[in-house]
Amino acid sequence: MTLTLALVQILNGLQFGLILFLIAAGLTLVFGVMDFINLAHGVQYMVGAYLVAAFTAMTGSFVAGLALALPAALIFGLVLEVLIFRHLYDRDHLDQVLATFGVIIFLNQAVKYVWGAAPLNVAIPDALSGAIEITDGMLYPVWRLVIIAVGLAVGLALYLVVNKTKLGMLVRAGASNAAMVSALGVNIRLLFTIVFGVGAMLAGFAGAMVAPILSVEPGMGDNVLILAFVVIVIGGIGSIRGAFIAALLIGLVDTLGRFFAPTLLKLLLDPSAASQTGRAIAPMLIYILMAAVLFFRPSGLFPSKQ
Amino acid sequence: MKQSLKLAGLAALMMSVSAIPAMAQEKIKVGVIVSLSGAGAVLGQQARDGFNLAVKDLGGKMGGKDVEVIVIDDELKPDVAVTKVKGLLERDKVDFVVGPIFSNILGAIHKPVTENKTFLISPNAGPSSYAGKECNPYFYVTSYQNDQIHQILGNVAQKRGYKKIYLMTPNYQAGKDFVAGVKMDFKGEILEESFIPLGTLDFQAELSKIASMKPDAVLTFMPGGMGVNLVKQYKQAGLLDRIPFLSTFTVDESTLPAQQDAAIGMFGGSNWAPTLDTAQNKKFVAEYEKAYNSVPATYAFQSYDAAMLINSAVVAVKGDLSDKAKVAAAMKKADFPSIRGSFKFSNNGYPVQDFFLTKVAKRADGKFQTEIVEKVFSNYGDRYAKDCAAQ
Repeated sequence: MTLTLALVQILNGLQFGLILFLIAAGLTLVFGVMDFINLAHGVQYMVGAYLVAAFTAMTGSFVAGLALALPAALIFGLVLEVLIFRHLYDRDHLDQVLATFGVIIFLNQAVKYVWGAAPLNVAIPDALSGAIEITDGMLYPVWRLVIIAVGLAVGLALYLVVNKTKLGMLVRAGASNAAMVSALGVNIRLLFTIVFGVGAMLAGFAGAMVAPILSVEPGMGDNVLILAFVVIVIGGIGSIRGAFIAALLIGLVDTLGRFFAPTLLKLLLDPSAASQTGRAIAPMLIYILMAAVLFFRPSGLFPSKQ
Repeated sequence: MKQSLKLAGLAALMMSVSAIPAMAQEKIKVGVIVSLSGAGAVLGQQARDGFNLAVKDLGGKMGGKDVEVIVIDDELKPDVAVTKVKGLLERDKVDFVVGPIFSNILGAIHKPVTENKTFLISPNAGPSSYAGKECNPYFYVTSYQNDQIHQILGNVAQKRGYKKIYLMTPNYQAGKDFVAGVKMDFKGEILEESFIPLGTLDFQAELSKIASMKPDAVLTFMPGGMGVNLVKQYKQAGLLDRIPFLSTFTVDESTLPAQQDAAIGMFGGSNWAPTLDTAQNKKFVAEYEKAYNSVPATYAFQSYDAAMLINSAVVAVKGDLSDKAKVAAAMKKADFPSIRGSFKFSNNGYPVQDFFLTKVAKRADGKFQTEIVEKVFSNYGDRYAKDCAAQ
């Protein structure tokens, strides 16, 4: 039973890690290729969740809602890029942080204005809403398995695009030396716009996939943003492979930490104190992991800049 | 000539300055400080709307004087709340402060407000910290003492003969009160006291653990957005049909619009439900739904009662708020028809009232609400009142 539970917790960690990967993939490219710190990336995640909620309510089907929400998230990201972010690429990091922080505040208020402060509900498609019984009494929600499958598929697709196509080659080149790519006659601005749009859409996709399990509410992107930054710092800025491995690492460390820390501490403390301390320590583990990675490899596990 | 003009100007200025407090006395000023942004926004909006509805029902007047309501958002941040409440006290010179929703905000504003000799009425937070030795003649609660609601769950679990239960709560003071409240009446085995970091949105790791431990029931206190997520995920994990879910502040009318069908059949503890059978309640629920197009939760009704409480005190002293002791005496009488029916204050300013077990149901019009299952305690006061020196 305990072994099953441990396996289920690994599944939980994978699922959390894959969601983080979807968010961090865009962030690491935008930061790596454009040297642009986009705090508003978490907002794209929120917008994706709201769009899928709105379109699902409109069409009555999650699949149709998702099909409409993805291009809408892409367009939304491109509009933001053209209106605001494009003007910030040449500014220093402090300006970028201030401006994109302003975008967070503005958009958090904007969704509250449009949809209200109350969390929205998004229904899972009926066929995927149940739970499957792994062993006696041990159930696992089907939707979370769907997230794992979809996350792995997107990860594979990104890997192929970045490593096997011409566009991917330009992205990799841009991440290691953008000025040189531009000097070789590549339209770097267009490349930036494409990377930004795809990154925004992936974050929106992550938001859409978690909308049925988490509450869709203003500010929901703020917490994941911090985790996404931890992921790209551990993985190495600009590296999709790094983001993938770091995201899974964080997902597993966080979930298994929450599971094992209280259990292990029970050997030392009384049950109530162990339960409390264990769950308080667990969320710190990922930051301890980040500190350790930075100590041994200051530019992350898979740095793209040489 | 110039000198005397200056003097005259100065005198006029001073007169106008001294005239301001006199003018302020013409109105009853109430500051409402609740969480209107962040995770607690819906609760704060309900409290604000409930209060405004009461003022509207009173015709915008208390004791013959106009009422001015100043609503501010504490942003669910104690430091912000302190700064803003000081603005209410020093700049706006309010006569009453109504708020907050959350106990940690109350911890921040209780001292500045009561030390300023201004009446503070909490429409929701009722921590044990101000119910015993630290009770205060300037502090009143129209909700309950937090432990009491949690005690309902422990009491019901004991009565139903549950042998082993699983507790889950956010890791902060109110969560510790929850565990203490449940333990008062529940004598069986507690498999796990799970303290979750505040702001956790994904409970899957806990749910897996619950599924493997197979408790007789899950008892939880998971307010706001955390509760919305927990309820949805509990149902998705297939646990709702197998393990009863008893909760406080987790499934109510503020969260049901987001939880919807996932919450049907879940139990809660409360001092009220929209179905409570009193004439005032029927009128209140109908008016509230008409005005705000949503089903009221406890936050709205307790805030409505807070306004009626203030009104009863203002009327009793005929609008003269200068003698604070008289106002305090009038407040303590609680001489108003509470929406919940039976209501009075203990010596500590916390209520004595009935408590119920509630259950989530879908109404004929498609909206969701809690409904009363059974009365658990009658005319029940809190256990800290005996430590309060006031009589």
